[in-house]
Amino acid sequence: MRHVSKLFSNGTLALKDMSLDVQRGEFLSLLGPSGCGKSTALRIIAGLGAPSSGTIDWPSSQISKKGLPEGDVGFVFQEPTLMPWQTVWGNVYLPLRLRGVSKADANPAIMEVLASVGLADFTKSYPRELSGGMKMRVSIARALVTKPKLLLMDEPFAALDEITRQKLNDDVLRLWRETGITVIFVTHSVFESAFLSNRIVVMRARPGQVYADLPLETSAVRDENYRTSEEYRATTDTVSRALQEAIMRGAQAK
Amino acid sequence: MSDAVAFDKASTEAGTDSQVVIPISRSSVSERVLSIVVPVFMVLLAIAAWQAHIVINQVPRYIMPAPLDVVTALFTDWGTLAPSLLVTLRITVMALAIALVGGVGLAIILVQSRWIELALFPFAVILQVTPMIAIAPLLIIYMPDTQSALLTCAFVVAFFPILSNMVAGLKSVDHNLLNLFELYGASRWQTLIHLKLPSSLPYFAAGLRIGGGLSLIAAVVAEFAAGSAGKGSGLAFRLLESGYRLNYPRLYAALVLLMMTGVAIFALTSLISWAMLHRWHESALKREN
Repeated sequence: MRHVSKLFSNGTLALKDMSLDVQRGEFLSLLGPSGCGKSTALRIIAGLGAPSSGTIDWPSSQISKKGLPEGDVGFVFQEPTLMPWQTVWGNVYLPLRLRGVSKADANPAIMEVLASVGLADFTKSYPRELSGGMKMRVSIARALVTKPKLLLMDEPFAALDEITRQKLNDDVLRLWRETGITVIFVTHSVFESAFLSNRIVVMRARPGQVYADLPLETSAVRDENYRTSEEYRATTDTVSRALQEAIMRGAQAK
Repeated sequence: MSDAVAFDKASTEAGTDSQVVIPISRSSVSERVLSIVVPVFMVLLAIAAWQAHIVINQVPRYIMPAPLDVVTALFTDWGTLAPSLLVTLRITVMALAIALVGGVGLAIILVQSRWIELALFPFAVILQVTPMIAIAPLLIIYMPDTQSALLTCAFVVAFFPILSNMVAGLKSVDHNLLNLFELYGASRWQTLIHLKLPSSLPYFAAGLRIGGGLSLIAAVVAEFAAGSAGKGSGLAFRLLESGYRLNYPRLYAALVLLMMTGVAIFALTSLISWAMLHRWHESALKREN
């Protein structure tokens, strides 16, 4: 995505004059203390609730009549947000179904995306039969089935245990590299953002604003070794300090 | 065995968490047999105690008939009872059907806007709280015939639980799922069909089970109040008539028919809700244990 800038401020000042350019193919983390408006920002980008002022500019070729790049955005919520009455297959089918794609036409795309998150054998399972991590995989598969150009993730792994979360982080990175998709990832975990992103935007609260914009260009392959590397440690150090300052600013404003 | 193979295969691809498959508990076969045998045995025991009481104390038939007398009456009076059973059944089923269509339909309209709900809900509540037995005689006068008056009574009683359950169900849709549908640009119609209706199925099932039982009770009570007679009269009239004639075996036989109808309706509505929910909803899951 080129030339994407957003400028909005909200009545309750969840966000004040926040501007952000997101480059195509970026893995951008929005990091900040709770209540800093990072989820709000993500929802506005997704078109769930309009900004009270300011605009979101998409590359002009992609704007639909609703002002949204229809089908170009996938969203992963904090909760898996699956329909319990539908199978895994049916849940992933939903975005295509709402566009009027027939089951037969949708099947190849669904099977492909389910295979890519490692759930090819669970198409007929119901959500209640799956573990928390697997439900999240279904949610990611559903977001990817429309082959979006932009994937928005709202603290998707906050409720998962550490081991499952690391595994899913690896998988998200792999999917990002394979598809070349642009990701905006909201998190409150320094380590998660430092491991995943090539750019971290630290936000402060009251009002929600961009506090720091940290590009993370690393040549290192982000695998298990990277988690314990000196470079990773230095990165988390920098990010932690920026976050700490952002929190202090927010507290002073109160 | 094939399940285990599937899990192993996936775990190599999907990581540690994919091995955590929540098992669905199934009761053992002997437990299932017992769960049928115990209640049936208890009912048979109660009937045997009844028979013993009549025989030992030599209770005359015009006070209380023995179970065997009732069974005999069921066969000998079948010609009288069967048409009445059909009448009551028809009223019950039709009332329930109309209540289902009306209840679900009105619930869908009500949740479209707060103002529609404010405007229409008082009528539903007034209809519900007015004792049906008090308005039954009025309905007899206003309606073209007794049958439609009874039908109206049974409908009014069965309608409200279905309506209020459906309204609750349609309103308690997961907000994140609503957001998701909005994100994908779902129309109002699509949201209703693919999200709101399926997610209110558990509430619909509750309304169906309550409404099913109530429509039978209402059909009987309304006939008591309306006092229909002659041809085309239902089981309630047979109860009254047998009572006047001191034909207690037939009265008990009519009661047994009503009771069995009630049990059948309960079994049927439970089966329907099980069929709708057992694959995904917690309430249906627990019923298996």
